[in-house]
Amino acid sequence: MKHKATIAILGILVVFAGCGRPKSLPAPQAAAHGTALVEVSGGKQIAQAGTQLDQPVVVQVNDAQNNAVTGAAVVFRGPAGVSFNPASGLTDSSGQLSTVVALGGVAGRYAVRATTTDAGGKNIELKLEEIALGYQQTLGRELDRQYCSRCHDPESTRERVSNYDNLTTKPHAFSEGDTLNKMSNDDLVAIISHGGPALNKSPEMPPFGYTLSKSDIQAMISYIRAVADPPYHSAGVVYAKN
Amino acid sequence: MSPDEKLGSLRRKLFGDPARAFGSMSLVLLVMLAIAPAKNFFSEWRHYQRGYLKLIRTRADALTLQRHFSPGFQQIWLPEMGAVDRCTTCHVAMKEASLSDVSTQPYRPHPPIPHSLTQFGCIVCHRGQGAATTVEEAHNSTKAWEQPMLSARYLESSCGQCHLGPLPGTPQLNLGRQLIARYGCVRCHTVMQPDGMRMMATDDPPSLEHIAEKTTREWIYAWIKNPQAYAVTASMPNFQLSDDDARDVSAFLMAQSTPLPAIHAQAKAGSSSPDATAGASLYGESFCASCHAVQNAAGALVGGDLGPELTRIGSKAKPEWLEAWLRDPSVYDPDTKMPHYRFDAKQIATLAGFLEAKTDSDLLANVHLSEATPAQIQHGKALVTEYGCASCHEINGVKKPENFAPELSRVGSRSLAVLAFPEGIPHTLPDYIEAKVRNPHAFGPGLKMPLYTFTDQQRSAITTALLALTDRAQTRPPSLRTAAVHESNYRPAGKAGRLMADLRCFSCHAINGRGGDMAPDLSWEGSSVQRPWLVEFLRNPETLRPALIRRMPKFNLTPDEIYTLTDYMMVVYQTPVVDRDSMPASSFTPDVVEQGRQLFYSKYACQSCHIVDPKKDKGYIGPALWAVGARLNAAWVYAYLKDPQAMRPGTLEPNQHLADAEARSLTAFLMAQKSAKQAGKK
Repeated sequence: MKHKATIAILGILVVFAGCGRPKSLPAPQAAAHGTALVEVSGGKQIAQAGTQLDQPVVVQVNDAQNNAVTGAAVVFRGPAGVSFNPASGLTDSSGQLSTVVALGGVAGRYAVRATTTDAGGKNIELKLEEIALGYQQTLGRELDRQYCSRCHDPESTRERVSNYDNLTTKPHAFSEGDTLNKMSNDDLVAIISHGGPALNKSPEMPPFGYTLSKSDIQAMISYIRAVADPPYHSAGVVYAKN
Repeated sequence: MSPDEKLGSLRRKLFGDPARAFGSMSLVLLVMLAIAPAKNFFSEWRHYQRGYLKLIRTRADALTLQRHFSPGFQQIWLPEMGAVDRCTTCHVAMKEASLSDVSTQPYRPHPPIPHSLTQFGCIVCHRGQGAATTVEEAHNSTKAWEQPMLSARYLESSCGQCHLGPLPGTPQLNLGRQLIARYGCVRCHTVMQPDGMRMMATDDPPSLEHIAEKTTREWIYAWIKNPQAYAVTASMPNFQLSDDDARDVSAFLMAQSTPLPAIHAQAKAGSSSPDATAGASLYGESFCASCHAVQNAAGALVGGDLGPELTRIGSKAKPEWLEAWLRDPSVYDPDTKMPHYRFDAKQIATLAGFLEAKTDSDLLANVHLSEATPAQIQHGKALVTEYGCASCHEINGVKKPENFAPELSRVGSRSLAVLAFPEGIPHTLPDYIEAKVRNPHAFGPGLKMPLYTFTDQQRSAITTALLALTDRAQTRPPSLRTAAVHESNYRPAGKAGRLMADLRCFSCHAINGRGGDMAPDLSWEGSSVQRPWLVEFLRNPETLRPALIRRMPKFNLTPDEIYTLTDYMMVVYQTPVVDRDSMPASSFTPDVVEQGRQLFYSKYACQSCHIVDPKKDKGYIGPALWAVGARLNAAWVYAYLKDPQAMRPGTLEPNQHLADAEARSLTAFLMAQKSAKQAGKK
């Protein structure tokens, strides 16, 4: 009698266990193992929240001699909302695995992790950072493309020639966190609105306060903060203690 | 005691006499009454509100946050938009900017947007079930509520419900709308915008009425089998025709083609000499690349996208046709965007020879078609009718179909119940639309919709733009809409007007609200430039902006044509804001010019973007200014310096907020720049 009850309970447990959805796809069976996981490309990309990164994330598995390992299993993981296509796979003949990443719906920085295991079964992890832009930052990026990037971005593209080399005082790229993070929001508003001379800097930076609206300038700053490398940490609001 | 006896004794204990019965019943009733308040007390939203109070307790601005917090149900009711939102019952900190570091939901504050929460609520943008008070019902799709919350990927579609034109902060939506117009989606699908305007296509599919004059049946066969094999940029989709169907369609298209004697009106312009160098330089001088792209050796496309890609044009165009086309494109296609260059016979032969050499031997290598039979032609016609080819192309004997594909004016609110999902597609509207655009044939082999080669990003953008077409957008009060700017139907009249039409000025330039955006708007050109400069520019266009890769072609105009155009533009294209005669050169003294020089080089560092002295200055983002004194009118320069955006909307040049005297000095300095040689001497 007691036996029967135990079997019944076990049976119910098994049925319920079967109902649960698998948490994630099982990692593919590795044919080989490496000792290191390195980034080939795709880190530090900027995309709108919820959208795909322009370039795939490509990682490579190497062995102790720094040779590429074919057939090593790599699994990609990220915070909630991040999706990978494919989420896992085996490295190709050049030791690489490429995945298309879509960022989550909330603006901010996303830590994307790739893992593989070495021959001993130990996890090797690689962490990449991607940046998702919200509405304000997206607007800032569009304004950057229209007004700022010709001077602030040293790289030329086929459609847009950079003016960077022609300037006596070299402008800072917006990702230069080392410099720009030290500037307060008020300083940035001042230099964007009134030009370089407002902060005793070069007049080659013209004033945009009569061209852009106040909210445009806020959007610009929000974008600059979003793409800063190293990341920008707001000093926050300071309140008097009770 | 048997179980029956046990039950009997229990009954006696509880209901033995009236007093006991009354007591027990009251107890039961009390418990039942307690269920309702308990359910309320343990409800999800109370749980979240308690959690919020706990969260803010330790923060520095706890008191302020506490003051802003109002307990209980919160509701935003927007009768105009037909929305009732209770989202802020749980999302309590929407307006608390100081909580921007909080990442746990539902306590995250809303990121800054141009709209206020109280005016627009939540579901107008995010969708979901606003009146629901549980997490599950508010966010997800349930039996009673089909529309789950919109994923961030398509969020810009919500902006598009009211904003019918492009917005600077919604690149996805803008791109999606562009693609829908550019790839001719709206030629088969009707899309009525909420303002009652029909969405118009911006592509330019050619008429096929004289196709046999232009190309061969073999090319047509290869093209309709896979347009992207001929040109990666081709906007024509792939109809995935079988070999036999492609054979029959090509047979019919050749058979329906009527001859166009005008093509052969002029004898062949001498032997098309394959002088590659001369051809390449003429191709360059004529700035064909401003509109046409060619794949280079590395596989990268070089050139614009206003006209078709020319990488393999030699495998397509017949030599006689190509020469006739270069002589005057409007003979073959009266609606073409291509201007009528006035090439002479030798130039035509050179350019035609150069283009004919751009062939791809692989393209037609495996195409062997035997003489078409009447049955094949008949079948081809049936296919052309079935696939709706005439929605885009003019074809002899086939009428343009009306409402060929389902109307999409409200596709963003389409009920899931009426959609048939193929296997493996999640049951949401965005996923349905994406899947349909990706591979229509997954929805049934008989589907007529062709296959497009979009990237994932383009597909998301198209889905975003389609999701904006909702019931809510259509029924919203017109006062909430911001309309798109629609192109005017401006057409200049008279001799100059005919000439401008012949030169297709509007393909690149906009005037009075009509025309392209590749080149500057000419609506106020007469106020801005000097007549001798315009005459010289039309004769031999010089490059004003060194950084620009798209340039004005040289049309080889006759002096008479140039004067006609110049006279018309100088008189008609004026702005009342600028009085051309208000700043005579005599009013600029050398002192004022020198002041202007100081301002130009020191205070405003204009040389960052403009070149006045080619030896010294390097900035090339703005137009070169070494001869600006011979190009522009002083009063225009002054007005422009005072407010660049007012004179040229969208210009990069920031408004420097110049004082009148400074603007005057700068004008004087600029007007003193008459030529590059003069600048070099200094």
